[in-house]
Amino acid sequence: MAIKKFVTGNFYDENVLFPAVKKVRRAGYKIHDVFTPFPIHGLDKAMGLRETSLHTAGFIYGISGTATALGFISWALTVDWRMNVGGKPFFALPAWIPIIFELTVLFAAVGMVLTFCYLCQLAPFVRKDHFNLRSTDDTFLMAVECTDKTNEAEALSFLQGLGASDVKVEFKETGWWLGRYDKERKRFEKQTEQAVH
Amino acid sequence: MSLLRYESQVRPPLVVGDKDYHQVTEDICRPVEATPSRLWWIGFLFSAVLLAFGIVSVTMEVIYGTGQWNLNKTIGWGWDITNFVWWVGIGHAGTLISAILLLFRQGWRTGVNRAAEAMTIFAVMCAGQFPIWHMGRVWNAFFVLPYPNTRGPLWVNFNSPLLWDVFAISTYFTVSLLFWYSGLLPDLATLRDRAKLKWRKVFYGVAAFGWTGSTKHWQRHEALSLVLAGLSTPLVLSVHTIVSFDFATSVVPGWHTTIFPPYFVAGAIFSGFAMVQTLLVVTRKVLSLEEYITIEHIDVMNKVIVLTGSIVGIAYLTELFMAWYSHVDYEWFAFKENRVNIFSPYGWSYWIMMGCNVLSPQIFWFRKMRRNLTVTFFMSILVNIGMWFERFVIIVTSVYRDYLPSAWSTYYRPTIWEVGFYLGTFGLFFTCYFLFSKFFPVIAIAEIKHILKRSGANFKEEMTEVEHEAVPEFVEKHAHDH
Repeated sequence: MAIKKFVTGNFYDENVLFPAVKKVRRAGYKIHDVFTPFPIHGLDKAMGLRETSLHTAGFIYGISGTATALGFISWALTVDWRMNVGGKPFFALPAWIPIIFELTVLFAAVGMVLTFCYLCQLAPFVRKDHFNLRSTDDTFLMAVECTDKTNEAEALSFLQGLGASDVKVEFKETGWWLGRYDKERKRFEKQTEQAVH
Repeated sequence: MSLLRYESQVRPPLVVGDKDYHQVTEDICRPVEATPSRLWWIGFLFSAVLLAFGIVSVTMEVIYGTGQWNLNKTIGWGWDITNFVWWVGIGHAGTLISAILLLFRQGWRTGVNRAAEAMTIFAVMCAGQFPIWHMGRVWNAFFVLPYPNTRGPLWVNFNSPLLWDVFAISTYFTVSLLFWYSGLLPDLATLRDRAKLKWRKVFYGVAAFGWTGSTKHWQRHEALSLVLAGLSTPLVLSVHTIVSFDFATSVVPGWHTTIFPPYFVAGAIFSGFAMVQTLLVVTRKVLSLEEYITIEHIDVMNKVIVLTGSIVGIAYLTELFMAWYSHVDYEWFAFKENRVNIFSPYGWSYWIMMGCNVLSPQIFWFRKMRRNLTVTFFMSILVNIGMWFERFVIIVTSVYRDYLPSAWSTYYRPTIWEVGFYLGTFGLFFTCYFLFSKFFPVIAIAEIKHILKRSGANFKEEMTEVEHEAVPEFVEKHAHDH
């Protein structure tokens, strides 16, 4: 996990945020992320993020659920332990549909949620830094990553010109870590100091 | 863009009052951050006492067996399975609101979905108790799972509706829980970031899983919600269908009908919405959330109640007609003598069912009644009583008179321990609901913010301008500009 330098700005209206995102990208800055309190449709496209493949993963999990249920039940009832119910066929597919369906849904749902948590690095006790605590309340925070070529002063005034308020340069840890927030804070501040000097 | 989904001026706002994003956060977090009121403590302790009584009742049953419930050879399923089906039915509204209405793009669901989903989870928890303890030798409950065992291995019977039920209910519970919790993550993060007290920081910090609100995460979150909704929609229909198979696939007169699956699903939605009304009429008042759960919400849900109530009514009549039309003596006897005949031992329960479920909801054809909170609350209780009796009618009136008159048992009466078990699940349900309403936001904060600019009272007026724009230009301007 690396500590990086960012120029951040807060927006209060998505109608200001959208043009700003586009202009920042056009100006050649690298948007690290935009933190919003609720999903804003189209923002991912505006930021040039690719479509998520979570749907595909869900489909694969679902199919594997179907296969597991069908495979196991047919093995158990036609090979391993045959039950003669009034001479009816051992391979009683219609009677298995409910369980096959339920396991399809179960596998797809559980698999997708776990994949979602894995991709977004979400788990109990995971801590991450998201710049402004109010970005889970009412502000949209845009973080522009500073590279060697970035002129900070220029970036600051550029963001301000686009309608961002509270524009500043910040050092942040981009990854996740485990632990309690208040204690971790101190360790983190120390690291930031070292990074600055 | 915020106007990507345009909503007409004609529709009343979903959130009333002069709200901005911060105000929404404040309003919904207020009850969570305040100290619990005296009313909350009274309600919570009362529920806890009921729960304790339930635990005692179940203990009695475990020690002495299901005979403790007055079950006998003819009536093997009494109150116990009635309660099971009743709770499962109630557990259908939450997923219906959160999944099916999401797919139908019903904006109003955002005000009520979180509480309804929580209710679903608690109701399914209560429902699950009944078949488990009904097993008698509950320490062998794990026998219902297909695991490699030393008895062969002898597998469970995958052809049995009772086993389908095990899979359906446990899948339904798991998926509902995941759906609910993944939706809660952003709101828990909101609470975490507002927290001032240390325990709150720790508690919500752990519970929020480190959610940040990153755009990429939101994108995945939206995809996840949509797919889970798509999965839950057939799931919710399948669950009560499978519960109805428990009855419909048997050859007991009164149960052996093909109408059961749709009839049960409609009944489940009916009773589930009634329970949502019961809870929300109180919740919105006690937590002063009238601006989010508005009269409009109550009105819409009452429309669902009158619709599903009428579907259930048609199902009752169809069932009755088919019993007569089938020319099966046993079937017709079960209906004519065991149910419709009000002077038969359990005939009264049929008419309570008819009155509560079919006649009384018709009052909701009147707009004034739909928007009256007292009527709504009273009706929601009445519907739940009616739906309980529906299951009682189906179960008890079908089995108390066997084919053999010598096996007739007209003396089934629940004991205190069977009633106590039922009350205990009320305790479980309300204890959970009270805890939920205290520690979690009862309204989906992020989802309300998402619809706020489209349907908040103070933003509605700004749309007049948009209203006059020609449709092609509007679409061109707002939908394709990114």
